[in-house]
Amino acid sequence: MAIAERPSPVLARSGGTVLVTPSSSLGVFRRPVSSTGWRSWVFTVDHKKLGIMYGVAAFTFFIIGGCEALLIRLQLAAGSNKVLSAEAYNQMFTMHATTMVFLFVMPMAAAFANYLLPLQIGARDVAFPRINAFGFWCFLAGGVFLNTSWFLGGGPDTGWFAYAPNTSVAFSPTHGVDFWALGLQITGIASLTGAINLIVTVLNMRAPGMSLMKMPVFSWMILVVQFLLLFAIPVITVALFLLTFQRDFGAAFFSVDKGADPLLWQHLFWIFGHPEVYILILPSFGIVSEVLPVFSRKPLFGYKFVVFSGAAIGFLGWGVWAHHMFASGLGPVSVAVFSVATMAIALPTGVKIVNWTMTLWGGKLRFTTAMMFAIGLIIEFTIGGLSGVTHSVSPSDTQQTDTYYVVAHFHYVLFGGAVFGLFAGFYYWWPKVFGKMLSERIGKWNFWLMVIGMNLTFGPMHILGLQGQPRRMQIWTEFRAGDGFFNGAFWNLVSSIGAFILALGIFAFIVNVFLTYKKGEVTPGDPWDARSLEWMTDSPPKEHNFDSIPTVHALDEFFHRKYVEDEETGDLTLVTTYAEIMAEMEAKGDKNIHLPSPSYWPIVLALGLPIIAYGIIFNRLLSVFGAAVVLFAIFGWSLEPSVADASDYDPPVDGDNGESTKELATLG
Amino acid sequence: MADIAAPTTPASEPDTTAAVALGVEPDIHGMVPTPGAHDDHGLVHGGGDHAGGEHGHATSTGLSNNKLAMWMFLGSECLLFGGLISTYMLYRGRHEGSPSPSQLYNIPLTSVSSFVLLMSSLTMVLAVSAAQRHDDRNTSTWLTVTALLGATFVGAQVFEFTEFYHEGLGFTTNLFGSSFFTLTGFHGVHVTVGIIMLMALVGMINRGKIPGNKAEVVEMIGLYWHFVDIVWIVIFTLVYLIPS
Repeated sequence: MAIAERPSPVLARSGGTVLVTPSSSLGVFRRPVSSTGWRSWVFTVDHKKLGIMYGVAAFTFFIIGGCEALLIRLQLAAGSNKVLSAEAYNQMFTMHATTMVFLFVMPMAAAFANYLLPLQIGARDVAFPRINAFGFWCFLAGGVFLNTSWFLGGGPDTGWFAYAPNTSVAFSPTHGVDFWALGLQITGIASLTGAINLIVTVLNMRAPGMSLMKMPVFSWMILVVQFLLLFAIPVITVALFLLTFQRDFGAAFFSVDKGADPLLWQHLFWIFGHPEVYILILPSFGIVSEVLPVFSRKPLFGYKFVVFSGAAIGFLGWGVWAHHMFASGLGPVSVAVFSVATMAIALPTGVKIVNWTMTLWGGKLRFTTAMMFAIGLIIEFTIGGLSGVTHSVSPSDTQQTDTYYVVAHFHYVLFGGAVFGLFAGFYYWWPKVFGKMLSERIGKWNFWLMVIGMNLTFGPMHILGLQGQPRRMQIWTEFRAGDGFFNGAFWNLVSSIGAFILALGIFAFIVNVFLTYKKGEVTPGDPWDARSLEWMTDSPPKEHNFDSIPTVHALDEFFHRKYVEDEETGDLTLVTTYAEIMAEMEAKGDKNIHLPSPSYWPIVLALGLPIIAYGIIFNRLLSVFGAAVVLFAIFGWSLEPSVADASDYDPPVDGDNGESTKELATLG
Repeated sequence: MADIAAPTTPASEPDTTAAVALGVEPDIHGMVPTPGAHDDHGLVHGGGDHAGGEHGHATSTGLSNNKLAMWMFLGSECLLFGGLISTYMLYRGRHEGSPSPSQLYNIPLTSVSSFVLLMSSLTMVLAVSAAQRHDDRNTSTWLTVTALLGATFVGAQVFEFTEFYHEGLGFTTNLFGSSFFTLTGFHGVHVTVGIIMLMALVGMINRGKIPGNKAEVVEMIGLYWHFVDIVWIVIFTLVYLIPS
């Protein structure tokens, strides 16, 4: 039986008053130790709880961003609608994109990574649990801070890539852009710390025997993404600092009238922004690479090719940023180089598509909702990928720049790609995380409504774009609408109707979650007959993940423990059941499991940051206060041991000298 | 329960000093490792922020979590300074309304302060070496000297900034001024953060308050400090020595 040396609340509450000196940092507060109630969430450092919190917060932002999208489509349903004023429209599309990119897809990928990565590599937590908690609170603080701009003078209104000179005070006089720059700075800290944390986790904490080439593809893709974040985030950090210095401290980095070069912003932004595109899509590629083999009952076709093509996308992603700037007059040499580089990146992407398709080939397919979303991704992403190739041809791109064709392209890759992948992940891992299965019946509604909705919404945008409808305009005029099949009015209406069908699909998902929570069936631990280590434990997993850390012998370790393949016929024979494997792991359970203890400092430190940011915008004295909070928290943090001392409990519990095993609490 | 807990609490305090005196380092939880007490995978691998040192459990790469994380962070910092240096290189010729860079820069002064900063890397190495010998007194001394050398550099930078301001180059004067002060200012802030870390480390060593592996903490701050020095070599060369 695994013993985690964490006193149970029952045990800790009994007994009288004892004078103790808490080991906690600065000696000011007793450090948090509760494992139940809201405190166990707010001060947690458990990667699983943080993963769930990332997921809930990101999904909330998804709904907010979705409502913004619906308002945009309402405005564009007819040529001269008056749902939104021009000012409100500008804020709406800026915040829609910012929310979806920075506050939904990135943190949702972080949710999956946080929850699943340690489980997939057979670890008990991430390398730096408190930094992990800090990352989550930074993301939440930054996201909420950014959205408070709606109530404090108006949101940012410059588009999500915030080109100069639109961002200068003369053209965007509200505080919106300040909120945008500082809010993204704060969420950037979350991404950067998360990247360092997960890279160290993957490189250092794999279970014995798990070489990098025996690691599940999802973990691989997360690793690639973290390297992209590690090197991309500092570049936008510089850009955002320069923008803040320009708007709030009188510098003129992007003011053309002061002799500045507006292309500087574009370069800095897109050196970050293009790797960012892969940061958004690669986690979903990883999810799909997990889902397809399970529901095809076949190993992933060409595992090495999938891994290396993912890494290749990561490398090439650094050399293509200027394809976002073909229309800015870079000169023929640059344009030609970036054009070719962009075409080259289609190759590793194509390799993945082929591998996924070949995984399906000859498999025993089970069309669960997760599987359908995964297949949906292959199809929709390929459509988006093909329109992407048309952008890499610079003469064609010059025609398409700033039209709805571009909007169509990136929604196919981001919605049909990234978001479909995330939904595949929801359905696949829901029983893992919550121990209950999402309804497959509602799941089918969810899937088909989303597929139909997205194709109706974004498909017509290809036509609208080629007809010349510009993006970011809140009105379009009838006389340019075209005739017959190319009638813009018709397709705009179709697109708006599609958006509401899409919203209905998302609503079906929410209903599904709600019903599952209310009366969903408790599932067995391994409902899908899965392949990788995260399923080789309870669903939901114990706080310490594994009773004993498994030794890995093969890719798809869990599957190979369950089945033996006949070498001639390829038939699979069940040799060990899930229950037997679990019983064996429990029998061999580790006696002493030290889990990192909860802490106040991550949330205190993260909450100091928006105070500084508000101060920069409104009153510098506030910044001084925020900086004091940050400094205080850093010192508290660095003086605090990662594991609570015996005297932190009230009343104190027996400490462990590493000599004896005490039956303090059984987690399970 | 409490009546049992009370007398045992003092005994259960990890006896760090005794462990160090015996030449045995406390493991990540400040406990003396007892052979056989911990199953190989009993601990969280690198069970926390201060884990994975030479006495923690073996990591897949063999590098401790802390050091690997610091290397990653410094890799990220390269791009931060890369962005700032690129901005400066783009804008250094745009100095309408102020003296030009070559008129402003006081190369002898900056050379001396650069030398001081480079020497602080040497003293940092001595501090790390003392920490690895468990020589707290010399560790503190060399860390203090390193911090003082760093402070001298920052002092020279403040002096230089003031001089430039009097000669007509403010932060908002022109693009050259903005990008120069941003780049060198960011570096100065990095040095200052380093000084604060060094002094905090001295205070914590003197009070015996370092959680985890002391030598490794010193080494990690050393990595940061050397990085900041190396960045300065690049800045000094590109900004001051190469004429625009």
